[in-house]
Amino acid sequence: MTTIGVLGLQGAFREHIRSVEASGATGVVVKKKEQLDDIDGLIIPGGESTAIRRLIDKYDFLEPIREFGKQGKPIFGTCAGLILLASEIDGSYDVHLGLMDIKVRRNAFGRQRESFEADLDIDGVADQFTAVFIRAPYIEGVGEETKVLARYDGHIVAAQQDHYLACSFHPELTEDHRLVLHFVKMVEQSRKSLAM
Amino acid sequence: MSQTGTERVKRGMAEMQKGGVIMDVVNAEQAKIAEEAGAVAVMALERVPADIRAAGGVARMADPTIVEEVMNAVSIPVMAKARIGHIAEARVLEAMGVDYIDESEVLTPADEIYHIKKDDYTVPFVCGCRNIGEATRRIREGASMLRTKGEPGTGNIVEAVRHMRQIQSEIRHLQSLAEDEVMVFAKENGAPFDLLMEIREEGRLPVVNFAAGGIATPADAALMMQLGADGVFVGSGIFKSNNPAQFARAIVEATTHYDDYKLIGELSKGLGTAMKGMEMSTLTSDQRMQERSQ
Repeated sequence: MTTIGVLGLQGAFREHIRSVEASGATGVVVKKKEQLDDIDGLIIPGGESTAIRRLIDKYDFLEPIREFGKQGKPIFGTCAGLILLASEIDGSYDVHLGLMDIKVRRNAFGRQRESFEADLDIDGVADQFTAVFIRAPYIEGVGEETKVLARYDGHIVAAQQDHYLACSFHPELTEDHRLVLHFVKMVEQSRKSLAM
Repeated sequence: MSQTGTERVKRGMAEMQKGGVIMDVVNAEQAKIAEEAGAVAVMALERVPADIRAAGGVARMADPTIVEEVMNAVSIPVMAKARIGHIAEARVLEAMGVDYIDESEVLTPADEIYHIKKDDYTVPFVCGCRNIGEATRRIREGASMLRTKGEPGTGNIVEAVRHMRQIQSEIRHLQSLAEDEVMVFAKENGAPFDLLMEIREEGRLPVVNFAAGGIATPADAALMMQLGADGVFVGSGIFKSNNPAQFARAIVEATTHYDDYKLIGELSKGLGTAMKGMEMSTLTSDQRMQERSQ
């Protein structure tokens, strides 16, 4: 059975667990870095990126998560998770995990008042996907290796680079599990190739 | 086509705050301390509840200058309080772009009967509640998030515990009822029937429920999380303590790792004095903020 961990320091981690389980994998909440050894893929959920980052530092998660990714194990970042995965953050020198070759802008669509939901097409994953954007970031630019999966109003809101997946919206807040299922498949694939 | 202010967008905002600490602040400097400590949001106020209590008189929405100063100082969400039933204060805060409005019994109510019809707003609202009747009425008025009322500004956790236990126990009771018994439960609690049916089915409230009103130490925060809170508001507890930055960090960690008692013990060491606190029996009934609305 494929086991997917959801970083459970702060944010909407229980919704992700529900979504992972609905997609046929086992979901576990990851609160300690030692738990990374027991999972095949990791989701970094939405929440407050500054709060999550502080707790990542406090519990020495930064290097172990980077190492996890460098072993070829898939990581999926949603909203705050996308910010944490990025290699460049607009207006900030403080890069977090820096695993994905993307440049992000925080709170890019505005404050809560401007938060919205909209239907998107996610390339190769889902058409007419209802995406919930909450004080969301967007991706301003991607490297050559990164594939753009979705745009909203011209801005990149979902991307994939090898075994890294990121989106600005919250797939865990709806009953549509297609994007999480896509990630579960990525993890199953990587399990097979890492076992060889 | 995109839509703002939907139920999903407003409730979802509160979902993102789960497992976090929302801190009361009165200026930019405090807001930065809170953000630095890992707060998930700040509540911009003119005075913390303990000082509102001490000052007496009518407590109103904060001066917009303070709210704006806090909004400019931090990148985390900023909440602000409007008086219960004060439609105009709420609209002003919405127009300023605050991320969440607390229709709060900490301020002097503008309307002793009616709450704001919150589903008319694009901005989400949080409201206090003591039981399932208050909780479901606030949700049906459009609140996207709830919190226990507790007894604000006292540094005494006893009322927040009472309110959290009350709601949890009422949810369990509701689940034990047969379908044909729910209507009487609805009548007795003044609770919307269809919402009760939904809660009975899910075994939980349809919105996030934080603890608030009296949290003064890391162990208080951990206690409330143990009792089923989704996160905590800390009002006077942080900036009325001796060492706010350290207190703020310790409360954030205790909220994340609420069942790791060894850790909570460690981070409670040498924190200095918590806020002084008040015994409930010293409050007369008109000093009890929790009784200001139903």
